[in-house]
Amino acid sequence: MRQRAIGEVILAVEDVSLRFGGVRAIADVSFDIRAHEIRAIIGPNGAGKSSMLNVINGFYRPQEGRIVWKGQAHRAMRPYLAASTGIARTFQNIALFKGMTVLDNLMSGRTLKMRRGFFWQALRYGPALEEEIAHRRRVEEIIDFLEIEHIRKVPVGRLPYGLQKRVELGRALAMEPELLLLDEPMAGMNLEEKEDMSRYILEVNEQLGTTIALIEHDMSVVMDLSDRIVVLDHGQLLADGPPEVVSRDPAVIEAYLGVAH
Amino acid sequence: MLYRETGQFKTSYAADQAVFPIRQDRIGLALILLVAFLLVPVFGSSFFLNTMMIPFLVFSLATIGLNLLLGYAGQLSLGTGAFMGVGAYACYKLATIFPDINILVHTLLSGLFAAGIGVLFGLPSLRIKGFYLAVATLAAQFFLDWCFNRLPWLYNYNPSGAIEVPTRMLFGVALTGPNATPVTRYLVLLTLVVVMTWIASNLVRGWIGRSWMMIRDMDIAAELIGVRPLPTKLLAFAVSSYYCGVAGALMVFFWLGAAEPPSFSINTSFQVLFMVIIGGLGSLAGSFMGAAFIWILPVLLRALPEMLGVTIAAATVEHVSLIVIGALIIVVLIVEPHGCARLWQTAKQKLRTWPFPY
Ligand SMILES: Nc1ncnc2c1ncn2[C@@H]1O[C@H](COP(=O)(O)OP(=O)(O)O)[C@@H](O)[C@H]1O
Ligand SMILES: [Mg+2]
Repeated sequence: MRQRAIGEVILAVEDVSLRFGGVRAIADVSFDIRAHEIRAIIGPNGAGKSSMLNVINGFYRPQEGRIVWKGQAHRAMRPYLAASTGIARTFQNIALFKGMTVLDNLMSGRTLKMRRGFFWQALRYGPALEEEIAHRRRVEEIIDFLEIEHIRKVPVGRLPYGLQKRVELGRALAMEPELLLLDEPMAGMNLEEKEDMSRYILEVNEQLGTTIALIEHDMSVVMDLSDRIVVLDHGQLLADGPPEVVSRDPAVIEAYLGVAH
Repeated sequence: MLYRETGQFKTSYAADQAVFPIRQDRIGLALILLVAFLLVPVFGSSFFLNTMMIPFLVFSLATIGLNLLLGYAGQLSLGTGAFMGVGAYACYKLATIFPDINILVHTLLSGLFAAGIGVLFGLPSLRIKGFYLAVATLAAQFFLDWCFNRLPWLYNYNPSGAIEVPTRMLFGVALTGPNATPVTRYLVLLTLVVVMTWIASNLVRGWIGRSWMMIRDMDIAAELIGVRPLPTKLLAFAVSSYYCGVAGALMVFFWLGAAEPPSFSINTSFQVLFMVIIGGLGSLAGSFMGAAFIWILPVLLRALPEMLGVTIAAATVEHVSLIVIGALIIVVLIVEPHGCARLWQTAKQKLRTWPFPY
C-alpha cells in the first residue's frame, strides 16, 4: 500500500507550445502532476509525449507557456536546474554511459550529491573516501532492489536491452528524485520483463513516495499503474482524468483506433 | 592456480574499491615497484637508464596526461607536444629567474602554465567535437611551435635557440645539469611519476573521473544528470595539460639536458597519441604499456644485433626495426583494438578460470 497519500500539485504545465520549424510538437497544453501520484502520458506515435518530458526537464525550451515546479514559475526549465531540484528521467532510446560499468552508471546519478572537491578527490582519502563509500552503499541498495547484483561490474554496452532499461531506471533512482520521468520504460520487453518493471515502478512509488510521470503504450499496464492519465494527440491535449473515465472517452477511442472505420 | 580470487572475500565496499582488489595484483605491483626503485638503479647501466628507462618514464607521464583527456573525457587533442613545450619553457624560465628555489618546485609549478594554456585551447571544445576539435588543438600546436621558435625571451636570448639546463642541487646532490648522475635523475623521475600516477588513479575513480567518462559516453545524458559540460571538459584539459607540462619539464631537465623547439613538435604529439592508442584508451596501466611499446621496443630492437654479436649496418637495423614496430602496431590493433591493457585483462581473465574455462 501507498505510504503517502496523493498530495498537492507539485508540477504544473501551463499553456505550453513547442514548435520545431513548421512542426507543432506541443500545442497549448496544460496539465498538472500531484505529489506521490503516478501520472501516465499516452497518445499515438508523434503525439508529443517525449517532447513534453523534454520540456519538463529543460532539454527543450517551449516558445510559449510556463512550468511551475514546486511553487516556482519558470519560462523554461534548465537541465541543471531540473537535475539539482529533484527531477530525474529515463529515455525512450536508452541514454546510458555505454563504456562505464553498471556500478559507475548508477554512481554517476550521485554526482550532484558529492561535495568533496578536487583536492580531496586527488588524495581519495579521509572525507573523500568516506563520501564515496556512503554513496556506494546507497547505490548497492538500488542494485539489490533492481536485482542486478550479478552484472554490477559489466560495462552496460554489453548488456541486453531489457537489462539496460533496468539499469537506466537504477541511474534515475540513484538521483533520489522527487519527480521521476519514465519514457516508455517497457518498450520492447517481453511479458515477464514488463511485470518486473511494473513491480519496480509501483514499489518506488509506494515505498519511497516518488512522484512518477510515465509514458507507456501498453494500455493494460497504464490502467493498472496510473492514478490519472493525460492523452495527447498531434501535440494537443485530448483528455485528462482517471483511467476509468479516459478509457471510455469517445475522442480517445477514436484517436487510438484511428478513423479507418 | 596462481592467479585466483577464491578465498578473497571482499568484506567492505572500501576493499572492493581499492585499485587492485585482487591480492596477486597487489603483489605484482609491489614487485614492479621493488624492481623499479631498487634493482634498476643498482644494476642498470647508464646507457640503459639514459636511453630506455628515463625517456620511458617521461613518455609514460605524457601518455597518462593525454589519456586523461582522450581516453577518459573523450576529447581529442593533437597539441600534446606543444603543452609539453609550455611546461619545459616555463620550467626553464622559472629556474633561471628564481635560481634559489628548488628545481622540483619549478617542475611542479611549470605544469600550471601548461594547464592554463590547455584550458585556453580547450575552450572551443564546448562547441566542437571529434576531428574538428583535433584541428583546433592542431592550431594550438602550430601557434605554440611558432612561439618557441620566435620568442627569444623564452630561451633567454641564447644564440643557439636552445634551452640548456643549469645545474641544480638538493641536499648537496646535483639533480639536474651535466653533473647529475643518471641514477639520481631516474629516481627523481620515478618518484614523481609514481606519485602523479597514484593521483590520476584517485581522480578517475571518483566523481571527477566519472563525470569525464559521462561526457565522453553521452554528453546530453550527462547534462541531464546535472554535469555541466564546460567546467567538466575544461577541468579535463587543465589536468591533462598539467601532466603533459610536467612531463615536458622533466623531459628537458631530467632526460635531454637541453632542448630545441623540434622536441615539442607535432611529431611528439603523434608519438604520445600512438602510445595512448596502443596502450589502451582509458587505462592508466595501458599508458605505461603504450609508452614501453613505442619507446623501449625500438631501442631494444636496435640493440639486438649487437647483443647477439651480429654486425649489420646501422641504417639497415634502423629500417628493419621501423618495419617490425609498424607491423607489431598493426597486429596489436587487429587482435585487440582496445590496446595492450585490454589484451592483458583478457589474458588475466583466462588465467583466472584456467584450466576449466566453463
Ligand atoms: N528535436 C526535434 N527536432 C525536430 N522535430 C522534433 C524533435 N523532437 C520531436 N520532434 C517532432 O515533434 C513531434 C513529437 O515528437 P515526440 O515528442 O517524440 O512524440 P512521441 O514521443 O509522442 O512519439 C514529432 O513530429 C517529431 O518529429
Ligand atoms: Mg516518444
